[in-house]
Amino acid sequence: MHSSWWLTFLLVVPLVGAIGAALTRKREGRAYAVAIAASVLELALSLVVAFLYNDHVAKAQTFDFATRHVLSAPFGLAYDVAIDGISLLMVVLTALTVLLALLGARDRRQEPAFVAWLLLLTCFTMGSFLSHDLLEFFIFFELTLIPCYFIISQWGGKERSKAALKFFIYTFTGSAFLLIGILYLAFAHQHQLPGSALTFSYSALSATAMSHGTAVWLFIAFAIAFAVKAPIWPLHTWSPLTYAEAPTAGSIEMSALLAKLGTYGLLRFAVGLFPLALVSMRPVILTLAVIGILYGSMLACTTPDLKRFVAYSSLAQMGFITLGVMSGSTIATVGAVLLMFNHGVITIGFFLIIGFIEKRRGSILIKDFKGLQGPAPIMAALFTVVMLASIGLPGLSGFVSEYLILIGTFATHSWWAVVATFGVVAAALYLLWAYQRVFHGKAEGANAEMADATTHEQWVLVPVILLIVVLGVFPKPVLDRITPSVQQLIHHVAPAGVNK
Amino acid sequence: MATVATLLLLMPLLGFLSVLLLGRYMSEKQVGVVGTGVVAASFVLAVITFFMLIHHSSREVTVNLFSWISVGTLHVPAAMLVDPLSITMCLFVTGISALIHLYSTGYMHGEKDFRKFFLYLNLFVFSMLLLVLANNLVLTFVGWEGVGLCSYWLVSYYFDRDSAASAGKKAFIYNRVGDVGMLIAMFLLFSRLHTLTYLTIFERSGTLTPMIATLVVLALLLAATGKSAQIPLFNWLPDAMEGPTPVSALIHAATMVTAGVYLLVRMSPVLALSHSGRMTIAVIGGVTAFVAATIATSQKDIKKVLAFSTISQIGYMVLAVGVGAYGAAIFLMIAHAFFKALLFLGSGSVIHSLNGEQDMRKMGGLQKYLPLTFPTFLIGWLAISGIPPFAGFWSKGDVLTNVFEHNKALWALGVLTAILTAYYMSRLFILTFRGTERFRAETEGHDPHESPWVMTTPLVVLAALTVVGGILDLPWVHHDSLAGFLAPTFGYVAAGGHADTVAQYGLALVDVAAALFGLLAAYSIWRNISESKRWESPFLEHVWHWDDFYDATIGRPLTEAARFGDDVIEPEVIDGAITGLAVSVRRSAEGLRKVQSGFVRHYALATVLGLAVVIVFLVARVG
Repeated sequence: MHSSWWLTFLLVVPLVGAIGAALTRKREGRAYAVAIAASVLELALSLVVAFLYNDHVAKAQTFDFATRHVLSAPFGLAYDVAIDGISLLMVVLTALTVLLALLGARDRRQEPAFVAWLLLLTCFTMGSFLSHDLLEFFIFFELTLIPCYFIISQWGGKERSKAALKFFIYTFTGSAFLLIGILYLAFAHQHQLPGSALTFSYSALSATAMSHGTAVWLFIAFAIAFAVKAPIWPLHTWSPLTYAEAPTAGSIEMSALLAKLGTYGLLRFAVGLFPLALVSMRPVILTLAVIGILYGSMLACTTPDLKRFVAYSSLAQMGFITLGVMSGSTIATVGAVLLMFNHGVITIGFFLIIGFIEKRRGSILIKDFKGLQGPAPIMAALFTVVMLASIGLPGLSGFVSEYLILIGTFATHSWWAVVATFGVVAAALYLLWAYQRVFHGKAEGANAEMADATTHEQWVLVPVILLIVVLGVFPKPVLDRITPSVQQLIHHVAPAGVNK
Repeated sequence: MATVATLLLLMPLLGFLSVLLLGRYMSEKQVGVVGTGVVAASFVLAVITFFMLIHHSSREVTVNLFSWISVGTLHVPAAMLVDPLSITMCLFVTGISALIHLYSTGYMHGEKDFRKFFLYLNLFVFSMLLLVLANNLVLTFVGWEGVGLCSYWLVSYYFDRDSAASAGKKAFIYNRVGDVGMLIAMFLLFSRLHTLTYLTIFERSGTLTPMIATLVVLALLLAATGKSAQIPLFNWLPDAMEGPTPVSALIHAATMVTAGVYLLVRMSPVLALSHSGRMTIAVIGGVTAFVAATIATSQKDIKKVLAFSTISQIGYMVLAVGVGAYGAAIFLMIAHAFFKALLFLGSGSVIHSLNGEQDMRKMGGLQKYLPLTFPTFLIGWLAISGIPPFAGFWSKGDVLTNVFEHNKALWALGVLTAILTAYYMSRLFILTFRGTERFRAETEGHDPHESPWVMTTPLVVLAALTVVGGILDLPWVHHDSLAGFLAPTFGYVAAGGHADTVAQYGLALVDVAAALFGLLAAYSIWRNISESKRWESPFLEHVWHWDDFYDATIGRPLTEAARFGDDVIEPEVIDGAITGLAVSVRRSAEGLRKVQSGFVRHYALATVLGLAVVIVFLVARVG
């Protein structure tokens, strides 16, 4: 067992960075330097944690770096952190996302408030992934809304207030169900053990006995909150507007990272805590996931602007993740966790490039572009790599995760997997079509004069490209870290001999 | 042998990486030398590997590289299987690739994206080698998609031309539809046999139920129809002619499009389990061969004729696979690679000499201006028409003999296709090289010029191979015939003994008669004319309206559905339902109205304040 101080540092560094950035004076750009330093340190810390992580801490337990301090016994409030292979990957993604979002938003470097909100958001997201306690998770989960709200409403596009409002109402309403569910579960648990203190500890609550009916209702309450966040069809309608209106760094944080809170929560809490509900709820959620894949792909074909395009393509990708998370197969669940990470990296790549184009042209409407590959071949090449990873081209990262999800789900729920496989065709269709409309053809007017990617922009994308290639060719180290935790989770939720 | 085989695979990747990373510091010539050199080196290594294999104690050598994907029961290594089938594929793939790389240094000379062209071409060869050398289906799939990607890039090479961009996309998406088949075949096999490694699949395939075996075979067939341009997924290939001609020769004639046939042959022990599956394969192959041949009779573009001819010839290979004549399928694949690459490169030489003109109505009489292209093309034409003693005669004869033993109707269809083949190829030949000169407008009055040596050398080499290619599989010349060499790879060899010698001679006579009939028919019709209302049909020219059919039944309905989703379902139905729910909740909670100021900032503030109070309270207590 490693010291939990590592995790505490992970929480404190962005918080200190945010405060430091907020305190600097406006025009000097020192806030930006502070923020970059903090996020580099954060990424380094997360990589050290990933390197140290040990999945053989205790028998049948893959949580490392664990600690628990009760802050208030009557309220059941505790500082309880631990990570396993699943959260580990999310921790690295959190640190990576904020660094790349900051690097991509260099034109906002004179705005301390902007970078401070970004770092604060990182702190809260990190807290959600580190939490091993439901109340603590909920608090961090809720707190992420505030920086998001301000980032959208202060620095967004024309319809930013509408977008921010819609985003806030959707997610806030979703979390209300989650809070009720958590409270109910904790009180039920306390009730079962007369004389015990109120606790929200994940390990304690996962042993709560409950009837099938209760499990289903609690599962639904949890699933609504996470389905809004992910988003899962049909609770996704806030996302296209929000992603389109948010500033690039905000779109990156929300789609690459915060969306994963939804699927992570679904796996860790909805699936992990209510195995009894799975028998009846699995077909429902799997069906929604498959609808999401096909529906998202279809709308990605016709949507008019590039950010909405990524929003719909993400809806399809989140469908794949949900499919894996709900499949009950170890292979597919490992694929889903890996896809959470890969989709994060791919989406960062998409939004960064779209941001670069928007900065040059002041537009993200697909019809405003044509033939950009002529004047900007490097930008086109970078976009191509990201696009191919998203299509699921073998040899790049997207394939490994998507393939694991489909082959694993096929073993447990064949028909859903077969329908979802057509999503693979659809992904090629909408991505290549969009690419053709934006990058192919003869460039004229403003398109012909668009500048290619600058050296700085190329360097920002280098980590994205590297991760896409390396995780496609040699995913073993990552898979080896995820697998034991997933095996343990699947083993916990499925009666012996049923899972595959 | 492991080292040599690994180097054989990695050589083109090395070329790709060096041009990718150092290309900007290299001159056009250096790029050409590196690009061609690595592939030639790969060919040499393939030859060495071949000799090592035939002297090796085992004919199946697995070379493990590293563990690629390993989760639970799923283990996918990055490993190669060197066996007679894969090494045969390697030999002709690297050999022809090297020649076409050489040709490209001349053909692509002065193109803006010369480096990028060689980059793609080297990556293509690497992917193709990966496809044939992989020891499991997933790794084959990597190569399978890799060649598809390079095909996409190279077809849309002239991306500022909308038609080229669309053609590239079409090729990729049609292939993706086929990929669904490949994925489902893998899912089925893994869920039943818990492995995706070829040799282990074959060991365990006995436990498959007939139903599952048939499903696997049909799924593999779907994959093959995509990659190998067979019905119902064949019509991306003619559009793919938008790519530069060396690409058409290498990818869309000699190598990539035969990958589907390779996959079926590789999976022959599974094919053996399903009679109905094999019958479906045979019918798809036979019908595709015939349909594509009819279309080829009415095309005006020289490359389009060759494209449909390729589809038709691959149809023959698929037909051979369907009747269990795997050796004949591979024999035809190699012979076809020789003569079709020759014909494409020859047509490229013609197009080059006419400043890019591809319409055969604007050619004619080129015989005397192209002293090397003309005789080599002549050999290619006679070979594909099935005139002895060229490679086409032997290989096609081998296929038809095998089909005759299994199914007389399919054999008759095959002979009919042979007549059509001789006919449309003779039409092409006459319109291009014979008759009156109709090209003066294109060359601005100048005489067409023969291509440089880098382009004509590959023509000569391929022509020589076309002449002698037949000896690969003549059992009475030597005992180590191709089919005999490959036989251990096929778990199943077609039931029923070979037809007796008399019948074989009889069938060979029928083949020659069919070829001569088509040839003479073409000569009597096309000798003096360059177009004909009577002998060309708009229905055939428009590919049996196949594209229009897909557009009407799939393309347009889906587009409409997407628009409907965007305009109605998304804003009205889903958002409407959720908003409606929210409004009704709000109405029923009138009491809370005073608190609801409607400003999110206030909610946010309330959240923060609430949390702050809780935290202060707790800190105070703990302190």
